[in-house]
Amino acid sequence: MTSVHDGPLVASPKASAKAGAMEPVGERTHRFLSAVPTWVLWLLVFLWTLPTIGLLVNSFRPKQDQLTSGWWTVFQDPSFTLDNYRVALFDPPGGYVSFSKAILNSFAIAIPATVVPILMAAAAAYAFAWMPFKGRSWIFIAVVSLMAIPLQMALVPLLQLFTNGAHLTLFGQTFTVFPDLNLNGEPIAVWLTHTCFGLPLAIFLLHNYISSLPADVFEAATIDGANHFGIFWRIVLPLSRPALAAFAIFQFLWVWNDYLVALIFLAGNKDASPLTIQLVNLVTSKGAGTELLPSAAFISMIVPLIIFFSMQKYFVRGLLAGSVKG
Amino acid sequence: MAKVTLEDINKVYENGFHAVHDLSLDVNDGEFLVLVGPSGCGKSTALRMVAGLESISSGKLSIGDRVVNDVHPKDRDIAMVFQNYALYPHMTVADNIGFALKLKGVPRDEIRQRVLEAARMLELEDWIERKPGQLSGGQRQRVAMGRAIVRRPSAFLMDEPLSNLDAKLRVQMRADIAKLQRSLGVTTIYVTHDQIEAMTMGDRVAVMRKGVLQQVDDPQVLYDRPANLFVAAFIGSPAMNLFEAQLVEDAGSWYVGGPNGRVRLSDASRAAHPGLQRYLGQTIGVGVRHENLHDLADRPGHPDDQVLPATVDLREALGSDLEVHFTMPGRRVLTEDVREGVEGVSEMGGETTPLVARFSPRSRVREGETVAIAVDTDRLHFFDLATRASIWE
Repeated sequence: MTSVHDGPLVASPKASAKAGAMEPVGERTHRFLSAVPTWVLWLLVFLWTLPTIGLLVNSFRPKQDQLTSGWWTVFQDPSFTLDNYRVALFDPPGGYVSFSKAILNSFAIAIPATVVPILMAAAAAYAFAWMPFKGRSWIFIAVVSLMAIPLQMALVPLLQLFTNGAHLTLFGQTFTVFPDLNLNGEPIAVWLTHTCFGLPLAIFLLHNYISSLPADVFEAATIDGANHFGIFWRIVLPLSRPALAAFAIFQFLWVWNDYLVALIFLAGNKDASPLTIQLVNLVTSKGAGTELLPSAAFISMIVPLIIFFSMQKYFVRGLLAGSVKG
Repeated sequence: MAKVTLEDINKVYENGFHAVHDLSLDVNDGEFLVLVGPSGCGKSTALRMVAGLESISSGKLSIGDRVVNDVHPKDRDIAMVFQNYALYPHMTVADNIGFALKLKGVPRDEIRQRVLEAARMLELEDWIERKPGQLSGGQRQRVAMGRAIVRRPSAFLMDEPLSNLDAKLRVQMRADIAKLQRSLGVTTIYVTHDQIEAMTMGDRVAVMRKGVLQQVDDPQVLYDRPANLFVAAFIGSPAMNLFEAQLVEDAGSWYVGGPNGRVRLSDASRAAHPGLQRYLGQTIGVGVRHENLHDLADRPGHPDDQVLPATVDLREALGSDLEVHFTMPGRRVLTEDVREGVEGVSEMGGETTPLVARFSPRSRVREGETVAIAVDTDRLHFFDLATRASIWE
C-alpha cells in the first residue's frame, strides 16, 4: 500500500515536515506503522499461524505418523488420511457421543444463549435510553457494573440456585424466593447462565447504540400512534440491526467456545454436552484417542471461523459501538 | 378540521427555566398560523406542547372542542412535520407514509390507496419503493409532508420543516406547502425562525421573544404597525433603521432631530400618532424602513425640511433596486431586544448610526459622497425608549 502522503493535494514536503512536529501521537503511530514493509507483516502472520497450520496438517496424518514424527516431515513423505475426521465425527471411541451429535448440542446451547439475552438486552437498553423512570441512571450503573463480577465466583451459588432454589426461613416460616427447578444437567441451566452473564455487556453496548438513535424518529412514531412496544418492535429493533449483529457474534462465539459453564451445569450429561466437553473427553478417557484431537479441534473451529469471516464487518463495527456513530 | 386554542399556557422546566409565559393564541379552523422568533424564544416548545411531546405546566389547550392537556399525542388527531424530517430510515417511502394508518389498523387496501393519493399530490409516485436514504433533501421533506397529510388530521404542526433545505429549494417548498395547506384547508401551526417564511406563508403571524408573545397579526399589519421595538427590528429585511432622536415643537410644527439636523413630521404622520404629544421635548426611538428613504435627486418637489444628509458607505446594485448603506451622526437604538431581533447586527456605532435605503437604480450616488436623503415621514415609526412599545394613540 502506498502512503496517503503521495497524493497530489498535499502541500510541499517542507510544509508537511513542519506540521509533523505538531501532529498528535495517534497520527505519528499510524505513519510509523504504515511505513513498515508489508513483508514484515506477512512474516508475523506466518509465525503466528504456524502452530495452527501444524495442527491442520496433523489432523490429516495417520495415527502412526503423528506419534513418530513432526508434522513438517509431511513435505518429504506425504501420506494423508480422512480417517481421523471420520472417526471423530461418526465413530467415537469408547461409547462417547459422536462429534456430529456434539455439533448439534453446541448449536442447541449457543443459539438460545445468544437470542434470549439479545432480546432482553435490547428491551432493557431501550428502556434505559428512552423511557424516563425513577432511578434510571442508578439502575443502569448497577446493571453495567455487574460486568465486573467474575463468572467463576458465581458458579457455585448459581448451581445451588438452579438445583435447590432459594428458601428463606424467618420466624419459623419458610418462604420460597426461587423455586426448586432442579435444572441440574439440563441445557436450560446453561442458557440461563450465559444469559445472565451476557446481559450486562449486551445492555451496555446496545444502550450506547440505541441512545444515539435520533429522538425525532421516536417522537414521530409517538405521534403516528405507536406505544413503547410498537416503537421498540418496529423502529428500534430494525434500526439497531448492526449493533444486534455485532453483539450476537460476540455472544455466539463466547458460548460456542465455553467450556466451564457447560462442564459444571451439564454435570456430565453426555447427551447434551457440546463440542468443547467432548473434545476434552477424547483425551482424558482414552490415551489412545489423542490422534483424533487435531481433527476434533478443527471440527469445533469451523463454525466460529465461518461466522467470523462472513460477518467480519459487523464484528469490527460492534467493537466501535457507541464510540463512533453510525 | 378544528380550531386550536391556547389559554395562558406556561412551560416551566424542572430546572426552573420558564420557556413559555402565559401564551394565549386562537388558531382558527383552516388557518395557517406561523409562530416566529429568534432561537430560544419558546416557539418550538409551544408547538411541542400542542403536539403533546412536552407536558403543559399550566394553562388550557384545546383542539376542536376538546381540552387535550392530558391526552396522549396519538389521540390528539394531529400530525407533525419535523425539522430533520424524522423519517423511518429502514422503511420505504410508502411504509413511511402509511405507518400511522397501519398502526391504526386501517385495512391494507385502503392504506395503499391513501398512500398513493398522498404520493401523487406530492409528486412522489416514482419514489414510493425507495428508502429515505436514497432520496434528496427536498424529496425527504415531501415524504414527511406525505406522512402528515395521509392521516387527514384536524391540525398540522410543522417545526421548521424547511430549515435543512438549500435556499432555492426552500423558496420552492415554501410556496408548495402554502398551496397544499390552502387546498387541504387543514388548520396549521408552523414554527420558523425565518421572518421571510413567516411573512410569505402565514395567514397570521405570531411573534415570540423569550417565551412571551409579542404580537399576533396579519403579516402586513406586523410590518406596518409593529407593536414594539423587537417586532419592528425582527420583521422586515433588511431590518428597520432605528435611531434615537429628540421630538421638538417649533412654530407649530413637530420635528424629530439629532446632531445631523431635523426632519419635520407630515400632517398625516402627526394624525396617525397622536400619542406623540406626550413625548414632546423627549428622546424617542425613530424607525424608518429602507423603502421609505429616497434619493432627493429622484424626488423633485420633496419638502426640503424632510431631508437628512448622510454619507454613502456602500452601494449594492440588485438590478431592480439599489441598496445604499449610509452612516450618519447620532445614536442608533441598540437595545437588547433590537440586537436579538436583527440577525447579524453590526456592533458598530455609539455616536454614529448605520442606515440602509432602497434607492431607484437610476440613482447616481457614489461611495464616500454625502447625499441628501428624502424621508417619507408619513411612514416613520416611533418608539418609547423606556417601555420599548410603539407610540400610536
